[in-house]
Order: sequence, then C-alpha cells, then structure tokens
Amino acid sequence: MKMELIQPFINAADAVLGETLQCPTRIGDVTMEEEAYRRKGVASLVTIKGDIEGRIIFDIDPPTAARVASYLAGSPVSADQDVAQETVCELANMVIGSAVTSLNDQGFRFKIFPPSAHSAEEGEKSSEDQEALVMCFDTDNGHVFMNIAMRYNRRRRDDRRPHV
Amino acid sequence: MDQFPLIVRKDRKPIRYLVVDDSVFARKNVAKMVESFGGEIVGEAGDGCTAITEYDRTTPDMVLMDITMPQMEGIEAAERIVRAHPDARIVMVSSVGYQENIVAALQKGARHFVQKPVKAEILYEVIKYVMGDDAVIAAAAVQGVNP
Repeated sequence: MKMELIQPFINAADAVLGETLQCPTRIGDVTMEEEAYRRKGVASLVTIKGDIEGRIIFDIDPPTAARVASYLAGSPVSADQDVAQETVCELANMVIGSAVTSLNDQGFRFKIFPPSAHSAEEGEKSSEDQEALVMCFDTDNGHVFMNIAMRYNRRRRDDRRPHV
Repeated sequence: MDQFPLIVRKDRKPIRYLVVDDSVFARKNVAKMVESFGGEIVGEAGDGCTAITEYDRTTPDMVLMDITMPQMEGIEAAERIVRAHPDARIVMVSSVGYQENIVAALQKGARHFVQKPVKAEILYEVIKYVMGDDAVIAAAAVQGVNP
C-alpha cells in the first residue's frame, strides 16, 4: 500500500483523536497484517468504493472503548453498552471522513459508506492485491487501532488513461 | 463546554432544531451543543427519509443534517426539503468535507457546512450567520437591541 494512501489516515487520526479526546496522540506500532485480522475489542467497519476501494476497521480494546465513551458521554459507560459501539462508530466516521476528504483533494474520487458495527472475530486474509496495514495510536485513554485494506481500482485507473 | 451567549429567535423564543444523523452519539453531541446555545431540539432523525417527515411534522427553524446516512443521504434529503419549503435553513454537518460535497450541498439548497468533529464555537457562529436577522443574542434581546 502506498504512503500517499496511508498518510491521510495518520493525519486524520492524529487530528480527530486529539481534538475529540482533548489529549495528545502518538503513533505506535505500524504492521502489515498477513494473516486474517483479529478484532481487539469494540470495532467499526467503513467501506470505500471508487478510485480506491477497500475497507477500514477502527478497533478499540474494551477498557479503552469504555473510557473513551465515558469521557465523551460525560457519564460512566461500559464497553458492552450500545453507547460504546456508537462512540467507536462515530470516531471511525470522523477519522475516515477526514482522511477521505484529504484523499479527495488529491484527486481520488470515491464514495464512503456509513460505519457499521464490526462484530466478526476475524476478518478476511490480506491478498497480494489488497494488503492490510494495522496502525496503533497511543492516547491518554489507551490504544486505538486502525486496520486499513485498500487498493487502487484498476478499471477506473485504466479509464482515466488517455486513449491514443 | 465553553459558555456562549444564548442565541434566540427574534420573538425571544428558543430556536427550534431538527438534528439528523445516523449516529445517536453524534445527534446527542450536537443536541447538547445547541441546547447550551439556548436552542430547543424539536425532532431527531437517523436518515434522510425520516428527516423529511420530521421536517413536515415539526417545521423547525433550522436543520443540522449529516451527509453520509443509510437509505437516503443528507444532500438528497436537503434538496427535497428545500423544494417543498424554500425557506428551510439547512446546515450540513459531516466528517466528509471535500469541496464537491460542499458545493453539491449548497447547490441543493443547504445554507452552510460544518465539518466534524464539530467545534462548538464554529457551530455557534454558523447558526448566528444562517439565522441572520431572524435571531438575536439573548443579552441584546433583553435590552431590546439587535446584535
């Protein structure tokens, strides 16, 4: 996966998590995931279709999800409450929306679908065509993971080439 | 949350809002902000179709509308509401803030755009701008002076 696709997500996560949680964020481990992705806690999935296609899983371990949801709701929330899942979905929406805004400004055209709760324990394996990158962001509330599996849409890329 | 001078309608009544977002969390967050500005939430909707029926039911002073939603997206819902109610004040509130989206929303009749995560001070200024002469700052309203 090219850096031009990844950097907007790093910038967006840094900005949105910092603004929403009112704390500094640090990017932690970045790994390529070859095996099927194993969910770490409360997760949300966002699908993207267009010049770039794929999916992003925004994943927060249960204690962190509970802390983040409690902080944003202003009252205690446990990780198994709907509001924790809602919070993770909305954080995913804000981070990914901000990143695709930046990618759109670079000339990529695509459609983003509303985030949905991701409850499967495992995702599909990466493929040669669509590698998955897992980024960990360290915040004062705990770790936030983002698993990005995207690829350029070949047909659309070919469509854009000038015909001679 | 920061304190803001209350902003109310010219008739000194609270501004009535319809909040549309598929995320309950986002709706509550925006609702909390506008209530802190002195507004009243008269309706909520989780998709564009419900937004249209809720608009007809509540006839709010302002709609705060997400874009990416299931069933019917916010831009289409805004267009349909404005077609039926040309004076509708609709502010798009979305995390997806690229220019084409904003231009499309404005062309369909939205009055303004606020990017998520929503900052209270920005939302406050946008509400003030979109309400224009139809709203007054409460302190000034008490003294009978328009802002």
